[in-house]
Amino acid sequence: MVVFEKPHALTDAVLHYCPGCTHGIVHRLVAEAIDELGIEGRTIGIAPVGCSVFAYNYFNCDMIEAAHGRAPAVATGVKRSLPENIVFSYQGDGDLASIGLCETVSTASRGENITIIFINNAIYGMTGGQMAPTSLIGQVTQTSPYGRDPKTQGYPIRICELLSTLEAPAYLERVAVNNVKNVRRAKKAILKAFQNQVDGKGFSLVEVLSACPTNWGMTPQKALEWIDEAMIPQYPLGVYRDKEAE
Amino acid sequence: MSEKVMMKGNEAIAEAAILAGLRHYFGYPITPQTEVAAYMAKKMPKIGGTFLQAESEIAAINMVYGVAATGKPAMTSSSSPGIALKCEGISYLAGCDLPALIVNVQRGGPGLGGIQPSQSDYYLATRGPGHGDFHVLVFAPASVQEMADLTGRAMHLAWKYRMPAMLLADGTLGQMMEPVVLPEPSNAYGEDNPWATTGTQMKRPHNIVNSLELAPETLEKNNIARFERYRKIEETEPLWEEYLMDDAEICIVSYGITARISRNAIVEARKQGIKVGMIRPITLWPFPKEPLAAAADKVRSFLCVEINMGQMKDDLELAIKCRKPVDLCYRVGGMIPTPDEVLEHIKKLAEGEE
Repeated sequence: MVVFEKPHALTDAVLHYCPGCTHGIVHRLVAEAIDELGIEGRTIGIAPVGCSVFAYNYFNCDMIEAAHGRAPAVATGVKRSLPENIVFSYQGDGDLASIGLCETVSTASRGENITIIFINNAIYGMTGGQMAPTSLIGQVTQTSPYGRDPKTQGYPIRICELLSTLEAPAYLERVAVNNVKNVRRAKKAILKAFQNQVDGKGFSLVEVLSACPTNWGMTPQKALEWIDEAMIPQYPLGVYRDKEAE
Repeated sequence: MSEKVMMKGNEAIAEAAILAGLRHYFGYPITPQTEVAAYMAKKMPKIGGTFLQAESEIAAINMVYGVAATGKPAMTSSSSPGIALKCEGISYLAGCDLPALIVNVQRGGPGLGGIQPSQSDYYLATRGPGHGDFHVLVFAPASVQEMADLTGRAMHLAWKYRMPAMLLADGTLGQMMEPVVLPEPSNAYGEDNPWATTGTQMKRPHNIVNSLELAPETLEKNNIARFERYRKIEETEPLWEEYLMDDAEICIVSYGITARISRNAIVEARKQGIKVGMIRPITLWPFPKEPLAAAADKVRSFLCVEINMGQMKDDLELAIKCRKPVDLCYRVGGMIPTPDEVLEHIKKLAEGEE
């Protein structure tokens, strides 16, 4: 009896992520959702610039690598060209909430029928740990060596709250992947974000609070705890928009 | 379709693109090309196509990138400052070997510049508009008819060579009305695009549209392979027109709107007994080096007529290997030389040669 196996939507490529990084968990949840909905053959994924840039090697569906921050615009083009296909982007906080914020807000506001998986780990990972738009007040990074100071570096951006001021989005939820219970909730949210697209409901985004032990300078265990202690108070989990429930 | 209709240059571009199979247009308002977007906004919903006013020039070119990745014709249009913003996306299109059409109805610069006609994006267009080593096909129409004809040609060749193409017009050509015979409907793109990301249907390995390559050996190989393709294009695709070159002692080299002005000046100069002709590049990349080099064997001198500070003059001097003197007649900043100004320049050259 098979009790555990790799989702079909994931390739056999070995992930390049650091020990304790939660990208692997989220990749798996996305792949499980694709498998469960039976949509792999008609899904097109958009990879970002950031740690998950190589996502195009990890998902078995067709993949497009976008310029930094432009994944929602690329996804818009793909979806307008192939409305029957399922289109998702997978983006980090620098990509989605900083350089690509304009594309994020505008795509959400148009209500494009796409799915966005947004990884918020409060730091730029790929470039070695610089301050992100979502870095916490006081958080020490390479470019905020004395801790993020709101006087000169502003405040963290809450994407779900920001997008919930828009009329169009169908579904916005923030989840975390730092314990079993939260991973299960994250799975449900990601599945729903894809199901919405299959049902033609419109723009769905799931923000996933994720760990970056390497650049946070923590052990993997401590990093998971830090999500509870520091991130969730700043970024409360929950549903910020669900048109279906309204 | 063979009857003549009166159309603005910008509208001719839009209609010709649709006739060549375009169904996805993304743009952002900027003078003097907004008629392209306005035309698309009216027409696309009626033919089941997409018109989308993007949030920015950057978003527009990336939407084009998305459609291009699915193997369908995609287009954006803008004017100089907007084209500068699209350069990142154009570089990605080139790096992923994706076809697309970018229309640049040029205006004066640099910076915000002005809204009057210009050819000051010659360097930007012909040197590869964006970061990295690459080229785009560059077409320079000189009439509303050519706006229509070269739009279709650009789309066909973009698909054939899997690279972006740019139609490099200017504000005058965009705004002026002329009779035009619209091209017959065609399908610029083939149906079979095995590289496109359209979904695997669980029948093939996944396709990846990507320009990232971290192994320098492989990235070098990719660049060299792309330039081998470019060499073939340089051999086969240059387009130009010769005018009264048989006995010419002075050769004007000019493209786009300034070629039309030069033509008037040539007619007048001929009446005054000056043997002057013109070679008009229609493709700016690939640049028609061959006819220019051949002309250098026959003529005494060249005269570049441009509305920039002499950007094509470099290419001309390279093409003729500086064997003959090259003079420059120019106006910039949205100013355009009159036929009389060009004529005066021709006369000065003719006198100097006697």
